Amino acid sequence: MPDKEKIVRVPIGPQHPALKEPESFMVDLQGEKISSIALRLGYNHRGIEKGCEERTYVQDVYLIERVCGICSHSHSTAFVQAVEEIAGLDVPPRAKYIRTLIGELERVHSHLLWLGVAGHEIGFDTLLMYTWRDRELVMDLLAELTGNRVHYAMNVIGGVKRDVPQEQFARITSVVDALEERTKYYVELAMTEETLAQRLSGVGYLSKEDAERFGAVGPTARASGVDRDTRRDDPYAAYGELEFQVVTDTRCDVFGRAVVRLGELMQTYSMIRQVLKKMPDGPTSVRAPLKIPTGEAVSRYEAPRGEDVHYVRGNGTDKPERAKVRAPTLANLQSVAKMLENGYLADLPIVVAAIDPCFSCTDRMVAVRGTSESKTMNWEELVQYGVRWYRERGIDLSNVKMRGEVTA
Amino acid sequence: MTAGTAVLHILVFPGFLFLAVLGLAGEFVDRKLYARFQNRVGPPWFQPLADFVKLLGKENVVPEEADRPIFKLAPVFALAAVLAAFLYIPLWGPKSLLPFDGDLIVVLYLLLIPTVTFFLGGWTSSSVFATLGALRAITQVFAYEIPLFVALLAPALLANTWSISGIVHYYSAHPALWPVNLIGLCVAMVTLLGKLERVPFDIPEAETEIVAGSFTEYSGRRLAFFRLAVDCEAIVAVSLVAAIFLPFGLGLAPWAGVLLYLAKVLFLLAVLALLRTLFARLRIDQMIAFCWKVMAPIAFLQILINLVVRELI
Repeated sequence: MPDKEKIVRVPIGPQHPALKEPESFMVDLQGEKISSIALRLGYNHRGIEKGCEERTYVQDVYLIERVCGICSHSHSTAFVQAVEEIAGLDVPPRAKYIRTLIGELERVHSHLLWLGVAGHEIGFDTLLMYTWRDRELVMDLLAELTGNRVHYAMNVIGGVKRDVPQEQFARITSVVDALEERTKYYVELAMTEETLAQRLSGVGYLSKEDAERFGAVGPTARASGVDRDTRRDDPYAAYGELEFQVVTDTRCDVFGRAVVRLGELMQTYSMIRQVLKKMPDGPTSVRAPLKIPTGEAVSRYEAPRGEDVHYVRGNGTDKPERAKVRAPTLANLQSVAKMLENGYLADLPIVVAAIDPCFSCTDRMVAVRGTSESKTMNWEELVQYGVRWYRERGIDLSNVKMRGEVTA
Repeated sequence: MTAGTAVLHILVFPGFLFLAVLGLAGEFVDRKLYARFQNRVGPPWFQPLADFVKLLGKENVVPEEADRPIFKLAPVFALAAVLAAFLYIPLWGPKSLLPFDGDLIVVLYLLLIPTVTFFLGGWTSSSVFATLGALRAITQVFAYEIPLFVALLAPALLANTWSISGIVHYYSAHPALWPVNLIGLCVAMVTLLGKLERVPFDIPEAETEIVAGSFTEYSGRRLAFFRLAVDCEAIVAVSLVAAIFLPFGLGLAPWAGVLLYLAKVLFLLAVLALLRTLFARLRIDQMIAFCWKVMAPIAFLQILINLVVRELI
């Protein structure tokens, strides 16, 4: 053990400039090298799954869309697909194509966003400014098509809320053409820029075996040579009728993940063109019942970050009995600790960013029963605990009224 | 020079006040160009001054566990060292304010002091981020300082003097010889990015890794003075490079000389801004390897060239 050197413990998070969301990485450093890392989730738990059980299906679509601020369409599509399966609804083909169109445009904006964040994490702010400028094109387009930049609210149970009329096709094509040109430039940049290659190559190595063992999904898995894409393996929406390749890479490092995402962007542009060419006429939604019959369904969706899994169980009422979200980041998070083994502190931000993490989508609460350390509290106990905690530190909150008229 | 005019020179022109104004203007030029290169709008001209004034009005926090005297004095030393260095550099005339033989070495060491204060300030902050930043700053010194020194000493070798004013005088007399040092100019500009802690060598204050490095615990007035010191350091370093590597047009009328000096500074600042637009931040081991394996040999090549040229003439 080279324990001559003193180990320094560095708290990366919950509040840190490298992280866009609260998450804790407790890093033990030997000089500049990482000797161990402890990950902690749970700073951003919002109780959306529980919230879904207390709301109707119609309200749930609205709530589920807010799981993520970037792949909002992914989550709502995965959810409505599960509900439609339980209810036995036959979604019109035009609605499926529109879902695919919005989903792919979302992938464009998500991947461009990632490229910028990756640039920022390695101190290449010029790349951040360029990609985010270009990303505005697709954001504006989404706003034109759906009325919103981020939460498109296109999905309803049984179809989509708005049609995409023929007049808008030309506009979509022109944006896709412009973005394709820009993406080609970024591909060239990634392949030729020396400092970029130096900072990304060989960093955050994840072998194919490890990727499969830790259950990595999406571009993280594909960059390790795992040929897996829900759009091809288990087609939903209109993907079964589109021609596309699943982009994989064998570099297994952060550079490979960048290459995979750039390659996926190029595939996405071609898919959007095919969607516009093949989009059938017809209605955009079927009428869905308010009460969904008893039954359960699992829905898989290839979000920009990887496979998104939703599970819904209906009990014949207008509210689901159980809704579960497995966001792609949860699947990828396990591999981060592996990637950081023997890495440098300087590489930590980019390695974490390379899985394109979305921590608040992932956050969940787990109560382990029967251990002495963990303890569950209800709302009243929690209020009492808070009042006591502050009183010990000289702040008296006992006169403050809390929800439920609890006073201490 | 009477005591009165000396104080005026040191405090007002071309001393502290002039340098401070130039430093803030330089920061604006750098930020504006950086923004325009990145397709952004960039700040208005008074933004550096506004930032400075804002910071003056903010709370001064000293960490409880910090070594108070060193923590408090570090920004003052940084600024004082930069100002002292400025007085030995000829700006638009062939002579600096206080020239003496060997002032080149003194200026180089005075310019090292800010980095040492970053180290001391960060180290005494007793926060992990500041400590790591301090360690990185001092590690980086050993990488960029050698090629920078060698590059700056090469022209002196050819001029056969250790005085900056002497170097300027020599190249004014032999105007055909200054292009010999172009390799040294390139090395000096690249290593200056390390001295000024800018991308790709902004490792000691890498935001996404260690927050603000040495400056993490600094706030208010002390942070303002640290930032002013960094701004002024940029101007002093660029002036030094301009004096040594671009020593032409020094016999002009005072107003034309000042304009030419400002043009040189502006040009060099623009080059620095362009360089930091182009690259991603290197890792500390990559940075050290780059400075030792690439920059240092090139700098020594310049020495070799200058020795040969000196034998020829």
